[in-house]
Amino acid sequence: MILIFTEVADGAIKKSSLEAIYYGSKVAEMMQTSAVALAIGNADATELAKAGNFGATKVLHANDTKLANANSMAYANVLAEAVKNVGAKVVITAKSSFADAVTARAAGALKAAIVGNVTELPNLSNGFQVQVSIFTGKAFADVNVDGDIKILAIKKNAVAPIESSNSANVEIFSPALSDNLFTAKVTETIKATGTISLPEADLVVSGGRGMKGPESWQPLLDLADALGAATACSKPVSDLDWRPHHEHVGQTGVKVSPNLYIACGISGAIQHLAGVNSSKVIVVINKDPEAPFFKAADYGIVGDVFDVLPKLTKAVLASK
Amino acid sequence: MKILVCISSVPDTTSKISFTDGDTKLNKAGVTYIIGPYDDYALARAVELKEQLGATITVLNVGGADAEPQIRKALAIGADDAIRVDIEPTDSFFVAEQIAAVAKEGNYDLILMGRETSDYNSGVVHGIVGELLGIPSFSPVMQLDVTGNEASMTREIEGGKEKLTAPLPLVLGCQEPIAEWKIPNMRGIMTARTKPLKVIPAAGLALTNTEKYSLPAPKGACKMIPAEEAEKLIELLKTEAKVL
Repeated sequence: MILIFTEVADGAIKKSSLEAIYYGSKVAEMMQTSAVALAIGNADATELAKAGNFGATKVLHANDTKLANANSMAYANVLAEAVKNVGAKVVITAKSSFADAVTARAAGALKAAIVGNVTELPNLSNGFQVQVSIFTGKAFADVNVDGDIKILAIKKNAVAPIESSNSANVEIFSPALSDNLFTAKVTETIKATGTISLPEADLVVSGGRGMKGPESWQPLLDLADALGAATACSKPVSDLDWRPHHEHVGQTGVKVSPNLYIACGISGAIQHLAGVNSSKVIVVINKDPEAPFFKAADYGIVGDVFDVLPKLTKAVLASK
Repeated sequence: MKILVCISSVPDTTSKISFTDGDTKLNKAGVTYIIGPYDDYALARAVELKEQLGATITVLNVGGADAEPQIRKALAIGADDAIRVDIEPTDSFFVAEQIAAVAKEGNYDLILMGRETSDYNSGVVHGIVGELLGIPSFSPVMQLDVTGNEASMTREIEGGKEKLTAPLPLVLGCQEPIAEWKIPNMRGIMTARTKPLKVIPAAGLALTNTEKYSLPAPKGACKMIPAEEAEKLIELLKTEAKVL
């Protein structure tokens, strides 16, 4: 059996998790078994049934009120119990900081082999081998996964899901939860609302020091708005507090692999490239024709971001 | 308070990555090794906590003898002693098992490391260690304070952050801006030479192994669009690149 750790946001399955479910169903086909999704926390049953469209035959829903808050220890406990319950040999998750925290603890409990940043479906011709992205996208490794139970965290775009009209039954799953899973107390949650999640985004517009200052970010925000893109920034920008830290992409920040990454006034230091180089298409706008980022770009515009951005926004709106 | 700081030894983030021996080994020629950038943040915060509250810091590396310059640097920055588990760190579970074994011996209040290593970027070792020890783990932690037997932390979540408190002992995966990286001073470098560094053997078996490495296909030429005709980009993204 293949089990997919499925992240839920606002009552529905996250897009990245739907991709993970599809990936899991493909692995299930290869191994001649079936794929079960595990969703934890508040979620709508009709939303969870959509896991069926992406290849899951069943959804286990752990909806104990104690699990309303994302608690990696409790979630890991539920995941490990679900693995035992369905006899899963392979666990799939979409890569995220929270999923890492959960699957890591489950790996500890199950003595499972765990690999992250998987870029493709496994090769089962000789054992169980996956390709993973390493050195923040600078290289790949073909890794043999030997454990009896295997946990794979997949990178965005590891598969291109095809939706079907199949449905999945949703079953309530209620493993025992001991009090010592809840010793941590969350005192405050600060979350940007109404913005597009950066790690999940297909389109990203990102700004660097060439944007001059926090007060001049509007042209970038306008383009992101017109495109329906998430906004991001370089490390110096978040270090200077021009933009919040969770927008920082690069080697020590969020790693993104959107379909389109538009870099505005970012020179393209190697540490920044590391966080974005698995984007499908990279556009660089910079007034310095020698900016190293152009070497990693698919399309480039040498010009002032404050002239170019409004033109792009206008063109996007006109083409709608 | 006893703090264990786990450090990785990784190529400098500006290194050009290449492979040798039929793409089965990382080419170490000309590559400078550093303390993992995230681990370096964890170490810096540990040193600050030691200055504020009094603590002993043990630095732990799972790696070969070639990691010793990085271990000595951590001692120069402010760790008191060091342990090296003498094995190449090839697999997350296996590395976590080594760390957990050392941690069990030493009874640490805080076990700090980076949120991930900058080579395999898996970000799971802290979680596995926490589970193996039966204590809570959090990551990525961007602020940490300790009062008595309780830690207060800020953890980054998607699109924001979360403040939380938890009783010690804890395992934490750290990231900026938990502290500023520290540069060792001359006195630190001198005293680091004589601080104890214990080398111990590994136990257990790796559950994964890398068979072969490869590099991404080189990027094609960048198509330049004149700034006066910037709007043409949108058309190209639609019809040529097909991403809009």
